[in-house]
Amino acid sequence: MNISMETVSTFQLSVNGQARVVEAPGEMPLLWVIRDLIGLTGTKFGCGIGLCGSCTVHLDGNATRSCVTPVSAVVGKEVTTIEGLSEDGSHPLQLAWNELNVPQCGYCQCGQIMNAAGWMSKNSDPTPADIDSNQSGNLCRCGTYPRIRAAILRAAEIGRR
Amino acid sequence: MFLFEHESLAATLTLPEAPTIVNLSRRAFLKRTALAAGSTFVLGVFSGCNDKSQPVWATRIPPQGTLADAGFQPNVLLGLNQAGDVFIVCPRSEMGQGIRTGMPAVIADELEADWSRVTVVQADGDPKYGKQDTDGSRSVRNHFDAWRAAGAAARAMLVTAAAQTWDTPVSECVAKNHVVKHTPTGRELAYGELAATAATLEAPESPPMKPREQWRYIGTELNGIDNRNIVTGQAGFGIDARAPGMVYASVERCPVIGGRVKKYDSKAALAVPGVTHVIPLPAATLPPAFNALGGLTVVATNTWATFKGREALQIEWDLGPNATYDSKPYRAALEKSARNRGKEIRSVGNITPVFEQAAKTVEAVYHVPMLAHAPMEPPNSLAWVKEDGTCEVWAPTQDPQAASATVAKALGIDVEKVTMHVTLLGGAFGRKSKPDYIAEAALVSKAVKAPVKLTWRREDEIQFDYYHAPSAQYLKAALDEQGKTTAWIHRTAFPSISATFSPNVTYASSGELGLGFTTMPFDIANMQCENSPAEAHIRIGWMRSVCNIQHGFAINAFAGELAHAAGRDQKEYLLDLIGPPRSLNALFKGERGAYGEDLKRYTYDTGRLRQVVELAAEKAGWGKEMPEGHGFGIAVHYSFVSYVAQVVHASVKDGQVQVHRVDCAVDCGTYVNPDRVKAQMEGAVVFGLTLALHGNITAHKGAVEQSNFHDYPLLRISETPEIQVHIVENQDLPPGGVGEPGVPPVAPALTNAILNITGKPVRELPIRLEEAS
Repeated sequence: MNISMETVSTFQLSVNGQARVVEAPGEMPLLWVIRDLIGLTGTKFGCGIGLCGSCTVHLDGNATRSCVTPVSAVVGKEVTTIEGLSEDGSHPLQLAWNELNVPQCGYCQCGQIMNAAGWMSKNSDPTPADIDSNQSGNLCRCGTYPRIRAAILRAAEIGRR
Repeated sequence: MFLFEHESLAATLTLPEAPTIVNLSRRAFLKRTALAAGSTFVLGVFSGCNDKSQPVWATRIPPQGTLADAGFQPNVLLGLNQAGDVFIVCPRSEMGQGIRTGMPAVIADELEADWSRVTVVQADGDPKYGKQDTDGSRSVRNHFDAWRAAGAAARAMLVTAAAQTWDTPVSECVAKNHVVKHTPTGRELAYGELAATAATLEAPESPPMKPREQWRYIGTELNGIDNRNIVTGQAGFGIDARAPGMVYASVERCPVIGGRVKKYDSKAALAVPGVTHVIPLPAATLPPAFNALGGLTVVATNTWATFKGREALQIEWDLGPNATYDSKPYRAALEKSARNRGKEIRSVGNITPVFEQAAKTVEAVYHVPMLAHAPMEPPNSLAWVKEDGTCEVWAPTQDPQAASATVAKALGIDVEKVTMHVTLLGGAFGRKSKPDYIAEAALVSKAVKAPVKLTWRREDEIQFDYYHAPSAQYLKAALDEQGKTTAWIHRTAFPSISATFSPNVTYASSGELGLGFTTMPFDIANMQCENSPAEAHIRIGWMRSVCNIQHGFAINAFAGELAHAAGRDQKEYLLDLIGPPRSLNALFKGERGAYGEDLKRYTYDTGRLRQVVELAAEKAGWGKEMPEGHGFGIAVHYSFVSYVAQVVHASVKDGQVQVHRVDCAVDCGTYVNPDRVKAQMEGAVVFGLTLALHGNITAHKGAVEQSNFHDYPLLRISETPEIQVHIVENQDLPPGGVGEPGVPPVAPALTNAILNITGKPVRELPIRLEEAS
């Protein structure tokens, strides 16, 4: 038994540069705030316990699993979702993902891209080993991993130009 | 107004004020430029100015209308309006195999359409589109010619319309890339200009189709039509569908199939902020079929509250008749069954005297456990039972018509009153053929009189799956003095999928046995193949490649053991077992093969099996010197009318197995998009390695013991080998399946590599190295 006696509070958030006011229990994971209360659905539910990475967003630029991040913890931080990664789909990772046809079903790919965008902001010239270690928290049941590897290298190349 | 409307998906490719964008690699760009020459398609300007211009998104010409108001609709799959917009209806579900790109490409090719003018519309399960059940790796292999004919008929009508307009013979007019040209004079009419006239013509019954050397989309790499929506978060999966006034729901189910709620207290659940209702759903009767399992539904204003509400429910369950199901004793019972004589399925020669005179006999029992599908998008659906008694559903479903029928039955309404919108599927692998999760949403919507978005937690998905059957297989072979296999016994025991739908089923169906068991290709003079009985105590279902998983594993792993026993090279021994190139069509009774294929068109050809074995081996460098602890293993399997061989390069060190590289050779006859064939093979290798190394669902006291990715792990990128896919060019042969055939050889190719490295066989999945070393 784990009954929440917590009441609903009002939270002022910044999501993709926009001010958002939501009413939620403080423990509600950011994932459900983003999807159900704000209505941005690019951030996906996969496991609910931080094991698959489908729900990855950025908090102040750092890749974070939104399914295990309570909304109360993100006040004062900038939340970036896939919808805010670029205005027009022109982030090098998005371009590389298309160029190399990474997606199969596509469900995990926003999380894959957000995760990669997070660590690549500090490592813009990754080795294959860097990719494996940094992306290993993001699951893809379709098995697009070989393409993800190639697309991250390609994105790094695009980003250098 | 729906926030999510599938027809608009492909139409949203151009964002406001977006810079001009090209979605092509440079190589494909050049290819496409040549194709598009002379058309109105503006191929876009590179946004960068240096030589290595940044590839950006293609400017697609947004359609000015919709399919509904397209004036020229020669058949249900296709519409053309006067602006020249082409709408192609995709009647197959997209779950990652690329069919929303491949199917329209087939029609567009025969239509001679400009690909940039094509908008894809998802079919909604209306019977007019034919059976939409998307499984069995059959989209292309069953519909390729019909799709070509649909495009070719429209092209013929456009050519006739132009000829009428010019008052010239049809033979002087040629359709090319959205334009009909009058060859003698060079006059041209664009497709859009011909739409009104074409709409007055009768569709030809057998339109001339293009010779294959004129195919320009079929056999060509095309980028995924949904790529941009996917990578920008705009793609509409089932879980993203919304409707006005929608509420959220999630179901707490009895942990044992066939159980029911005895009593419950919902007070604490109703106290969770956001929770509005707790609604009992009637318990399913057995056999479970596609029906909702029943339980207690928490309805709330958001998904999180439904989950918290479920945790707060106090429920006493009546666990029902399956509460004694336990995987440990069940495994032993399966093995015992497989060791006993079973029902004879196939018999060749006479095994008894051969075993009596054998120089050597080899015997093994292979086990594969239950497996869960684990698509990244858990089951979910949005159902809206309206006041007028109709029901509208948005769901990630592989089979909208089965889903509609199941919903209609659950609600007690006519199936005509159900509209089933097919969303994108966030992975499926067979799970989303079973619409239990859609019936649940419909039942809850009826109760709360509002649109209901019902979401399964990952734990629900793992614990209430239609599992891949657990199996035990007994194999025994006789070898002569030269090490040649002279007799073969194979007995397979697993609970049948039929038991999910009919009571008291203990033997496999002939369809299940056709998945790699009766189709075993080896050329052995004396064989006895039997099916041993097994009871089902849980929902058994089909999962990507189905019984080919266990049969492909046991047969190939045993072939590896026989090579080892004979002291022979695995690949050479495998080729000897396969024997000379020949047709195996005599294995099938009647006019259809194991996958429903017409045997007049399709030959089960051991020559093609041999060819993929040779190709995979050659590309992998079979036979070359390997470092200490490294080795190759090989396996080959025929399924869904395609032929796949894989060579795994693995190593074993300190009890740990590592897979370094997989070479996959595939012969699927005619293919549509070679890039998607490769992608499906890559994905199949990852899927196959997950079941080889990790997958293991067990039950205790009737309930599944695993719950999420910590105890049902999937392969991660760090465990993924280099994967090389080699396609056999056989474009003169009819198409075979692509989605599933890559899975079966993976596990046995890996266990055969381990056997080559360690000298010890692996007979149980997932691979546990204590056993192997």
